[in-house]
Formats: sequence, structure tokens, C-alpha cells
Amino acid sequence: MMFAAAAIALLATIAMAIARAMRGPTVFDRTLAANSVGTGAVLLLAVVGFLGGRPDFLDIAITYGLLNAIGTIAVLKFFRYGSMADAGDGKDGAR
Amino acid sequence: MALLTMMVVATFGILRLGNLFAVVILGGIYSFLMATVLVVLDAVDVAMTEASVGAGISTVLMLGTLYLTKVEEAAPVRRSILPLLIALGVGAVLAYGTFDFPPFGVAEAPIHQHVVPRYLAKSVEETMVPNVVTAVLASYRGYDTLGETTVIFTAGIGVLLLLRGGRKGAGARGSKEGGA
Repeated sequence: MMFAAAAIALLATIAMAIARAMRGPTVFDRTLAANSVGTGAVLLLAVVGFLGGRPDFLDIAITYGLLNAIGTIAVLKFFRYGSMADAGDGKDGAR
Repeated sequence: MALLTMMVVATFGILRLGNLFAVVILGGIYSFLMATVLVVLDAVDVAMTEASVGAGISTVLMLGTLYLTKVEEAAPVRRSILPLLIALGVGAVLAYGTFDFPPFGVAEAPIHQHVVPRYLAKSVEETMVPNVVTAVLASYRGYDTLGETTVIFTAGIGVLLLLRGGRKGAGARGSKEGGA
């Protein structure tokens, strides 16, 4: 019962984050919304694992969290340097 | 289910929004939701691939593409109704095809009758691999997996050659013009 309530709350959180990703006027709203959706998905995986009596889903949730962090860093680095790799190019700094 | 509803919402957002950065972000969100749905459906390996390729690599590649183009979507030259009709027709045919499927997870489904019992019974003693999925992919379908890996490796080499060749050619041309 507790886990079901947590799952519903997490679904609501993800829905609100998606709404922000669609509305969001600035880049950072959308980046943060995507990060929130990823975090919500990680938590939802953990809760679903306990809901179905299979706590080994936690490992997958941890891997998702890792991917989520890397993706957010990639997006932010893209907006800081303009491209992924050559940060020392210097021809366009903060876009 | 709520996750599928949110995927539909994200899809309509992708269709309607003109800001390509928002579209890329929504694509990543869509992939994360898809991966969660796949985990709920117990397809953990597919979900892991979807999360790493769909939400991770392809978002980064799309951002790299976005750097080369404009952020706003160009207005379409003309709107035509035919592609929408074709897509809806194909979707309807596919949905009609699913009506003949056996119910999800039933043990009497044909896919669980053919070779699966033999795999489950014999895979450890035949291949010495403890995981049945790994045994099927790497041993029973070894040639298939080898072919897939070859295709991906060739594609990667081709992309690398294209990118490298373009840069080196541009540099050589620039130096020649500089000398002349």
C-alpha cells in the first residue's frame, strides 16, 4: 500500500516534469525537467521493484541514475562550450 | 497505464514544438519512459539498451547535430495529408495484428514451446554459461551475433573515416591555398 502510494506520487512528479519540459521557456528549465524525469524514473524503478517483490531492480535503478547524470552533464557542457569535445577551441565560449 | 499516457504526451510535444532543443530533450525523456516501461515488462536487457542508446548516446548526437544547424524548425514547404493517412493506416494494421497474439506472459504461447524448453534444460551443460539469455545470444545464435557486431563495427569505421577524411581534406586544401 505504501509502495503503491509512492508509485502514484512519482508518476505525478514525472508528469509535472514533462509539462515543464514542454512549457519551459529557457534551456535550463528543460534540462532540469529532463533530469527530474530521469530521477523520477530511477525512483519509480526502485519502487516498482519492491512493489513486485523483486528488490534486485535496485541495481538497474542505480545504472539509470549514472546514465542520467552523464546525460545532464553532456547537455550542460554542450551549452557551455558549444560542442562536445574540443573545449580549447576558443572560437565560441558561452553561447 | 500512466507511463504510456505520458509517452503519448511527449510524442505530441515532439510533433508540435518548433524549438528543436526542446524536441531533443523530449526525445530523451521519451526514451527514459520507454526504458521504464520495458523494465516493468521484465525485458531488463532491452531496457538497459534503450536507456543507454536512446536516452544517452542519441541525445548527445542530436545535440551535436543541433550545433551544426539552427535551433528553430523551418516551416514546411507544403502540408500534405497523405503521409498522415499512410501512417494511421499502417498503425491500424499493426494494432489489428496484435489481436491474434496470445495473452502476455502465457506459458502456452508458441514462442515458449519451440526451442525454449531445450534451452532452459540444456544450456548450462552444453555451453557452460550460467545465464540463459547470454547462452542463447553468444552460443546458440553465435553467428547471428557475430554478424550484427560486424555490421556495427563496419558502420563505426565508415563514420570515423568520413569525419576524419573531411577534416584532413579541408586542412590540406587550406594549406595549399595559403601557400599559393
